[in-house]
Amino acid sequence: MRDAVSKYGLIVVLLILPVVYVIKDLTSEEDNLSRFGNNLVDGLSNGAIWALVAIGYTLVYGIVELINFAHGEVFMIGSFATASFFGFIGLTQDTSVILLFFGLFLTLFVAMAASGVLNVMIERVAYRPLRSAPKLAPLITAVGMSFILQNVGLLWLGGSPEGIPDLIRSQKELVDIAGVSITHGDVLAIAVTIPLLLVMTAFIARSRLGKAMRATAQDPEAARLMGINVDTTISLTFLIGGILAGSAGLIYALYQTTIWYFQGFTAGLVAFTAAVMGGIGNLKGAVLGGFIIGFIQQLSDNRINPAWTNAIVFVYLILIMVFKPSGLLGEQTRDAG
Amino acid sequence: MSTTEGTPAPPAGAPKRRGLAISEMPPVVEKLVIPVVFLLVAALLPLGFDSGSSFVGTCVLALAYTVMALGLNIIVGFAGLLDLGYVAFFAIGAYTMGWLGSGFFSQVNNEEGWHIAVSGFAAELPGIHMNFLLVIVAAIIFTTIAGMLIGLPTLRLRGDYIAIVTLAFGEIIGRSAVNGDDIKLSGIPIIGGPLENAFGPDQTVTAGRQGITPVDKIDLPFVDAFTSLNLRPWYWVGLGMVAIVLFVNFRLRDSRLGRAWVALREDEVAAVSMGVPAVKTKLLAYGTGAAFGGMSGAFLGSFNNTVNADQFQFFFSILILGMVILGGLGSIWGTVLGGIALTFINFELLPRLNDVPSKVGLDFDVSEINFGIYGFLLVIMMIMRPQGLLPERRRKMELTEEGDVTEESVYAARA
Repeated sequence: MRDAVSKYGLIVVLLILPVVYVIKDLTSEEDNLSRFGNNLVDGLSNGAIWALVAIGYTLVYGIVELINFAHGEVFMIGSFATASFFGFIGLTQDTSVILLFFGLFLTLFVAMAASGVLNVMIERVAYRPLRSAPKLAPLITAVGMSFILQNVGLLWLGGSPEGIPDLIRSQKELVDIAGVSITHGDVLAIAVTIPLLLVMTAFIARSRLGKAMRATAQDPEAARLMGINVDTTISLTFLIGGILAGSAGLIYALYQTTIWYFQGFTAGLVAFTAAVMGGIGNLKGAVLGGFIIGFIQQLSDNRINPAWTNAIVFVYLILIMVFKPSGLLGEQTRDAG
Repeated sequence: MSTTEGTPAPPAGAPKRRGLAISEMPPVVEKLVIPVVFLLVAALLPLGFDSGSSFVGTCVLALAYTVMALGLNIIVGFAGLLDLGYVAFFAIGAYTMGWLGSGFFSQVNNEEGWHIAVSGFAAELPGIHMNFLLVIVAAIIFTTIAGMLIGLPTLRLRGDYIAIVTLAFGEIIGRSAVNGDDIKLSGIPIIGGPLENAFGPDQTVTAGRQGITPVDKIDLPFVDAFTSLNLRPWYWVGLGMVAIVLFVNFRLRDSRLGRAWVALREDEVAAVSMGVPAVKTKLLAYGTGAAFGGMSGAFLGSFNNTVNADQFQFFFSILILGMVILGGLGSIWGTVLGGIALTFINFELLPRLNDVPSKVGLDFDVSEINFGIYGFLLVIMMIMRPQGLLPERRRKMELTEEGDVTEESVYAARA
């Protein structure tokens, strides 16, 4: 019984919402699944953002066993850098397609650089001095850093949500497949996310530095004895996590067209839920978890009530912790027992 | 990292450590002399100020927050379970006050209301009006149950995961408070019918951001009803709560249960194999800590005269956690100091500094960057003085690495 619960409990929990609504759609008057299909597409493009942020959590947790609370704020700063850089280079909706493409490419680079460097700095200032302290200490500084960065955002763009130009006309339909519409925003999210994920996975799986990262994650002391510079490797991990969060920030800004200083807090929790759902420390798991959470959010936004979406995500987080703390694809970790 | 090469670790209790170490005083001083002096001075304090002054008001808040900080100290400091959702207990306590001591359920008993042991003005009003002492008892029961429920899913987890689950619970309670004005009692499945009969068709669960207001003032037997003009009685009730909570804290810390908490905190595997019942011990930590939060929450609901969903945000959990950390995790007097200090920083010092940035040509108010100031404080404390202002002896030994730190324990310490 206990085995069955821990093996299939999480999967059953995850399937509840989708199955209920598929049955509801099939039995309803219209008898088609286009609404469900639209939820799925929107969920995937939302989920792409969470996947990118979740990888940052998973990488960092894998290597220093710390929940980087400030990671959501790194994502938020990515969005802010994006919005500010638009204004700086003067991109508007009227810019021609080619210029817009290069402009966005440049902006993506800036957002990635800003978030990546910021994340490395956070590690240097707030976590490295405490690497030998009990676990509680860096977790508390992480919360502290998160508050500081929220204030940076607040002073940067003010306390209320800020609209930014809808450069790519994100809600405009590109194609319509059997009643399921795919918008510009969906394409952007997938077009940025998939290549980045492929590059990162290849980097970690094949490159020398990636190998060093994996070695440090397994056993920092042994890695040090093998001549790996553990400090540099940890910095590199934070850099990669930050870069991905920065790109997620760009997608978020272009997709939602409103940004504010508090977006990082919720995004951080949602993405962390995704990372845990997939199995923390597992890259593929983080991506899978991101997509699932995006989908759940979309179902809740569209079918239940947007005001309750975050509460529903948190309920899922707790259910995962109850049924399978090691997540869908994860190994048993020391913490999750 | 500081390694003490060659020098043997100092024997326990050696009087060489830096800083104030209140817990190394003789127990009589710590548990009798200091409390009596503290409570006497504190009890006379408001007589020196105008009874309606904002200073006394801040003192009342300081006492209420200290009660919460002492409750959180049991969970985080004694038992080592990092709880980032303490605001949930504040919310539940405050809503208990709002539900059982205001005109919120206005349809009850044909709009005549239910009145239990209340006198004066409140006895005439519609809604449920129970005596403050009964509300406190109800709040303690509700929050203890809630604390144990929140504790249940975290039993198998350790460290960071506990922090996240408790945070999620805090957020769920917070969102429910905000969205509660959407939920009608009559719409609840199964029990909706009887609830509709009792509370009327349009009764909601909370009043959302509007807030439940006004809330009954404290109404104790043998004394005049409290008013918002004379804050001294509020202060003395708050002080009484602090005294009770301090007493419970000291008794618990030195009890079998308190030692079990510390044992679980230090090494769960070893403690369990020595026969400490992990489930019961952890749940009692959550339950006790939560009860104090609920008690103080009910008091604050009455004192603030409103139960407003916007009060229950993550920031509040961090404010209370900041008090515990500032004073020193696990240190009772440290937590009291932290509670008083942070409340005064928050309500007296920062508002006074409000226009400083604009004077030096910066375009913001200090009130905007409250979050950042606390964040900065947390980071600085953890890096410069992780053991807090008045550290507990055991914590101090752990956190300042005066013991035997080796290369090996550097990574082992993270587990």
